[in-house]
Amino acid sequence: MHELGIARNIVAIVDEAAKGRRVVCVTLEIGALAGVMREAIAFCFDAVAAGTAAEGAKLDIVVVEGRARCQACGSEFATETLFAACACGSHHLTRLRGEELNVKSMELMEAA
Amino acid sequence: MCDHCGCGEGAATTLLNLQTGKETIMRHRHDHPHDHDHHHDHPHDHDHDHPHDHDHHHHHHAHATSPGAVVELETRVLAKNDALARENRAWFTGREILALNLVSSPGAGKTTLLERTIRDLAAELRLFVIEGDQATANDGARIRAAGAPAVQVNTGTGCHLEADMVARGLQELRPSAGSIVMIENVGNLVCPALFDLGERAKVVILSVTEGEDKPLKYPHMFKAAELMILNKLDLLPHVDFDVARAIANASEVNPAISVLQLSARNGQGLDGWYAWLRREAANVREAIFN
Repeated sequence: MHELGIARNIVAIVDEAAKGRRVVCVTLEIGALAGVMREAIAFCFDAVAAGTAAEGAKLDIVVVEGRARCQACGSEFATETLFAACACGSHHLTRLRGEELNVKSMELMEAA
Repeated sequence: MCDHCGCGEGAATTLLNLQTGKETIMRHRHDHPHDHDHHHDHPHDHDHDHPHDHDHHHHHHAHATSPGAVVELETRVLAKNDALARENRAWFTGREILALNLVSSPGAGKTTLLERTIRDLAAELRLFVIEGDQATANDGARIRAAGAPAVQVNTGTGCHLEADMVARGLQELRPSAGSIVMIENVGNLVCPALFDLGERAKVVILSVTEGEDKPLKYPHMFKAAELMILNKLDLLPHVDFDVARAIANASEVNPAISVLQLSARNGQGLDGWYAWLRREAANVREAIFN
């Protein structure tokens, strides 16, 4: 369950950046090949955010699809696994996208 | 006992120096106020000065508020761990230390391989070991008995080592310049793939008593590893393990992966592993000038 540790990191990043202001929404960018379960992150986030600036905040997760470039033939294509071969048969790929695990932004509650 | 909440030690990460017997609590699993819907499975043998009177918060998100300022963060979630791992890496490089992160399922033979390596190379290479397990100092004690200085990190509920645990382990272990530091991760093929510890390479150990499709089932780990060791070769006549298939699967996930076949028990194939270690240790000595 590394998602719990990851959720802690997310909350720590947000809590620190919020500087005491309340956060209503946190946007994450998670690659489809990042090796984390989005449902588990969302589940842990609620628990971990309690008592921080992000308590009760909505979690938006933007999924980034996997993309790779073949080192053999140069073509670019979408990949659903870490090791899908290129149509040309090569397994030598450069991962372009899909392994992101980023806190993209946060929305703060408007000052009253 | 934890200062903040008094929870039992099972929930904390602890560091045991097997040379001195000194034990340190590194961090607590819940480094936040006691949240509401978690189930304490450790004894609450402490005086809480904060009552557990929170309600379960059932997603009462603040949707009703008008949209406020959006702050771009663009921060990698594991940035802190990665930064600490870089510090570890620089520390190793400056001391010409070869640091390896050994990963596998539980029971693949990491500790046995280390014991054997320590005994066989005692006259030639200095080995230091950081042992990671959820609980017990059993493996650390085995390493000590084999003749290498060791520290045991118990992660409590944690399923992998993180860079800060390694940094603290190094402070206790004090590996000498030019040595090899073996970091034996918690037996787990999932999470350790994500957490850089500052090692020069990950070495994944797969035993022939497991399935040859493990590289496909746990592609992140086999992709992150530089070397795959196929262990327990002595058991091959007794199991239905297809060596060629296992290697093909690993290469499919990671075309650059090197493969060594050995038995830590009967010594078969260990020469290849020792040659790999010597070569990597020599590369580390060169790396400082590159």
